[in-house]
Amino acid sequence: MPIDYYLNIAASGLLTGLLYGLAALGLSVIFGVVRVVNFAHGEMMVAGMYGAVLLAGYAGLDPLLSAPIVAAVLFVCGWLLQRGVVNRFVERPEHMQFILLLGVATILVNAMLMLFGPDSRNVAVPYGFDTLELGPLLLDEVRVRAGAAAIVIAAGLFAFFRFTRTGKAIRACADSPLGARVVGLNIDGLYALTFGIGAAVVGAAGALMTLLVDARPQLAPEYTLLSFIIVIVGGLGSLPGALLGGVLIGLSETLAGFLLTPSLKSLFSYAVLILVLLLRPQGLLGKRS
Amino acid sequence: MTILGLRNTWGVTGRGAALLALSGLALLLAPLVADRYLVSVLTTVLWFAYVGQAWNVMMGFSGLLSLGHALYVGLGAYASAALFIHFGIGPWAGALLAMLVAVAAGCGIGFLGFRFGVKGVHFALLTIAFAEVARVGFDHLQWLGGSGGFFLPVEAGVSDPLNLRGSPTLFYYVILALVLAALAISRLLLHSRLGYQWLAVREDAEAAEAVGVDLFHARMTAVAASSALTALGGVFQAFYFNNLFPEQVFSMGRSIEIILPAIVGGIGTLIGPILGAFILTPLGEGLTFLLEVSGLELPGLKQLFYGVALVVIVVFRPDGVWPWLASRLGLVRASGEGDER
Repeated sequence: MPIDYYLNIAASGLLTGLLYGLAALGLSVIFGVVRVVNFAHGEMMVAGMYGAVLLAGYAGLDPLLSAPIVAAVLFVCGWLLQRGVVNRFVERPEHMQFILLLGVATILVNAMLMLFGPDSRNVAVPYGFDTLELGPLLLDEVRVRAGAAAIVIAAGLFAFFRFTRTGKAIRACADSPLGARVVGLNIDGLYALTFGIGAAVVGAAGALMTLLVDARPQLAPEYTLLSFIIVIVGGLGSLPGALLGGVLIGLSETLAGFLLTPSLKSLFSYAVLILVLLLRPQGLLGKRS
Repeated sequence: MTILGLRNTWGVTGRGAALLALSGLALLLAPLVADRYLVSVLTTVLWFAYVGQAWNVMMGFSGLLSLGHALYVGLGAYASAALFIHFGIGPWAGALLAMLVAVAAGCGIGFLGFRFGVKGVHFALLTIAFAEVARVGFDHLQWLGGSGGFFLPVEAGVSDPLNLRGSPTLFYYVILALVLAALAISRLLLHSRLGYQWLAVREDAEAAEAVGVDLFHARMTAVAASSALTALGGVFQAFYFNNLFPEQVFSMGRSIEIILPAIVGGIGTLIGPILGAFILTPLGEGLTFLLEVSGLELPGLKQLFYGVALVVIVVFRPDGVWPWLASRLGLVRASGEGDER
């Protein structure tokens, strides 16, 4: 088997992994700042997918163009969720937060099941079956476009946290909520903003994901767990870690799907998760708490 | 146990004891008046009460959040079914081995988790990860039917309690006995030296360690007790439903269904999981019934309702319904300390 073959598989795994990483970035942002684990993450992602499906169906929008709209809608939803419910739970015991968000997740996934039914919905794009030739590599155009968009969004997010005043304020909040309060930052507002940003990012990731995968409600718990795996592998709360973890899981999934049977590929991801949890619970790029 | 004894040791008032005793009596006599459908609903209610009680030992008593309890149900179910089908070992003997399998798995996970210092969120995720590994693994285990399902032979009209084959009424009394046994065991455990250690670890692990509680030992025993009890629920499930599919048995959704009764009824209380199951399951069944009557096709409505129930409960009654109800109706003594909180 020529090496080209493996390179192609690795490249497609890497591009898919970028989308996984983008989704996990949203989870990491929320956890890193609000310190709440968003158990409804995959559900929000699938909501983003359905957003793209609807926009494609009614307005003929390409997922690349509908991603910002979907992100904006999910930003508002995330903001409201934090303001309305989650904020009261920030100081509560961890298991209460989990249970609350598990409830939100259950509501979301079943609402989508009732609205859209169990069948998968896809988005057709004109370049759906095109390939790009890059030296020895043959890449699906959809994957390249989705991966590139993921990089752009992630870069924007990094720049926001690095350079803007609000971004810096959010980071201050993450480092020390008490200190941030002392210097007069509006913690509750920043938390809501952060939850909104996290939801927007995962919504955009979902919209882009429709280029690769058909939307169906059953994907939601899978994506929640996948995001957890990625974030823990990369380091809970670390943004570069989430992207790195996404790429690693994307690569390992495609390779495992190719070398073993495809249905065993998730087993591989869980094995990676268990190993990382045991040997390096802070993740590859995380700090020891 | 007399009503008086109940009153002295359970921290309930005379009214509470009378109500609990009456409820017990009603459950005991229910099959005499109830029709087949009602008996099957009650069996489901009691099953959830039972596994909720078993989960409560880990979360409620020792503060260990397991979101992968479907693993122990599934292991118990598959182990007892495999022993029955492949080796001809009946469920009563098989249950012991099934419990051993689940305890081994629980202690394995616990050992890894506690030795490597996996805490909080990470511990909950570890339990999910192992349940998911089991789901995918059993999907590919052809010896146990794989994803196509594992079936127990069903013969109509056979009454063979020694092999747990028989009428719905038989199963009803078996699960009722299990619920009462789990209640008694939970109470015994809670008021033993071990139980006080669990509570101490739940409230403040560092302080508990400082006064000489062996954290590792306390947590491991909690996992072992909880997984053993849960596995029995799995054995019952296997012989009651006669079919097992990894996709259902080990699913994350199942794990959530298991934790619901205790959360709704009251985490850490003895009556909570039972009350929670009696609130949730009939409401869910009622919804299904309403949908059938109205002819609407809305898959997911029941689960949606469970989600709403979960959110409403954690937002407005984070301690659960039982502590609130009990103090409202004067079922527990005001100064009642310990289990009934």
